[in-house]
Amino acid sequence: MPLSLDEVRRIAELARIGISEAEVQAVQVQLNDIFELIGRMQKIDTDGIEPMSHAQGSALRLREDKVTETDRRDLFQSLAPQKDAGLYLVPKVIE
Amino acid sequence: MLNASLKELSAALAQRKISSVELTRFFLGRIEKLNGSLNAFITVDAEKSLAQARAADQRIGKGGAQSLTGIPVAHKDIFVTQGWLTTCGSKILSNFIGPYDAHVIERFNDAGAVILGKTNMDEFAMGSSSETSFYGPVKNPWNHDCVPGGSSGGSAAAVAARMAPAATGTDTGGSIRQPAALSGLSGLKPTYGLVSRYGMIAFASSLDQGGPMAKSAEDLALLLNVMAGFDPNDSTSVERVREDYVRDLEKPLAGLRIGVPKEHFGEGLAADVGRAVEAALKEFGKLGAKRVAIGLPNSGLSVPAYYVIAPAEASSNLSRFDGVRYGHRAKEYRDLADMYRRTRAEGFGAEVRRRILIGTYVLSHGYYDAYYLKAQKIRRLIANDFVEAFKQCDLVIGPTSPTVAFKIGAKAADPVQMYLNDIYTIPANLAGLPGMSIPCGFGAGGLPVGLHIVGNYFAEAKMLNAAHQYQRATDWHQRAPAGI
Repeated sequence: MPLSLDEVRRIAELARIGISEAEVQAVQVQLNDIFELIGRMQKIDTDGIEPMSHAQGSALRLREDKVTETDRRDLFQSLAPQKDAGLYLVPKVIE
Repeated sequence: MLNASLKELSAALAQRKISSVELTRFFLGRIEKLNGSLNAFITVDAEKSLAQARAADQRIGKGGAQSLTGIPVAHKDIFVTQGWLTTCGSKILSNFIGPYDAHVIERFNDAGAVILGKTNMDEFAMGSSSETSFYGPVKNPWNHDCVPGGSSGGSAAAVAARMAPAATGTDTGGSIRQPAALSGLSGLKPTYGLVSRYGMIAFASSLDQGGPMAKSAEDLALLLNVMAGFDPNDSTSVERVREDYVRDLEKPLAGLRIGVPKEHFGEGLAADVGRAVEAALKEFGKLGAKRVAIGLPNSGLSVPAYYVIAPAEASSNLSRFDGVRYGHRAKEYRDLADMYRRTRAEGFGAEVRRRILIGTYVLSHGYYDAYYLKAQKIRRLIANDFVEAFKQCDLVIGPTSPTVAFKIGAKAADPVQMYLNDIYTIPANLAGLPGMSIPCGFGAGGLPVGLHIVGNYFAEAKMLNAAHQYQRATDWHQRAPAGI
């Protein structure tokens, strides 16, 4: 089932990736080629097969509930595009 | 010095025949001479490297040296490195100075190794040719018109051109083994969970695994001794007793059962690659190994399943790049949503955008069962193939890549053709098994051919043993590109 142009636009919006009208068609063609490749899976009977989400079946480790990190806010914020008084700045969301 | 093994370099350092500063200067000089044409390194910082080299010389002087103390190692630019620009080959991290060290970097630092520089790579490790880097394509030292493979192509080119004695890489679908094959090197992707992913910028977290790239299996064993080990900062790091990967190198191969999967010798395999691999299998026979015909009947489904699972995980992992806390932010935008859209459209290249879109789609409402769940079931079938195979053999051996290195630009416009490069390497990632590639001859155009060796979980020592014995009997791994 090939993707329509509207579906490509909708996925791009879900992924928060701007896509221009000039590129949307080329992206559609490439995505459909890839989904044709992916579609080879559908012919295989996988009824009753347990899905494998991970190479290790074991449960995740637990650790003691104690503080392990030191405060490195200033170092991490030195990388921020825009900041003020220890806060990350973004465009106003609520008027 | 150019072709010396890590063991030889270590001995020369211990006997004070050379200092780490001299060794580091030598390789920095090689980089200065060759990087302009090969584009293997994104960042070189001689001052930082030499400071580490001086510290290593002091440590050697005090008698506290370990096997890699004083040896320069190049690191794929996917490993966050404190104080070093860490780009992951992307524009979106073009201003990102590592605020901490990845666990792998920390281990090399603790061992007294010298960071020689950060190597070029496909953007976010998404590619098989090292052409998708924001910092330009890497050239193959064997032929500058060809790709070195990818995504760890910068590390591959650096070692192949003898700009570095060894390097690190990461492998999600073949990104250590395929460039090792195409560049005439030895490269090892360990069992999933053996090498910590902490500080290794995530692409597909259930598949990503770091590993070494070098000139020989013996060098790989020494590097893996440093890289492997439990790390509480990686929730999937395996807690197990430390191994010495050098210990079995000299064991004879008599009685070793080598499984040869017929599916990896069918349609799509270039004749020149097939011939070199067959000759290598004969060589293993001379060394006492027994050839066993096996099947991996579902391996043809690995590429389709991988291109659901890896993009799904990538779309989730790469959602963190939003221009808020670090990295590139678009200059102009109307509101917050517009800032995200523009930042991500500007910051990611075409291949990364494409994979995020695939992942977003397969995880979106109504499609999960048809794609993601289906792919996870196929993943189980592929892993089960290996469970059956390892009942009959000790190692699975075949070609690493269907062809030798291809021309730069030849597959760049056709993602599906590019994806099929990893048809023999992806199954090991899906199953979480260790895989390696070693040089086994030359094909069309005098370009290197790689031999793929897959072992059972945590069978790295056995794989390295087989590879080392092969390399004692042959000299493919000692060949270097002309004119370097």
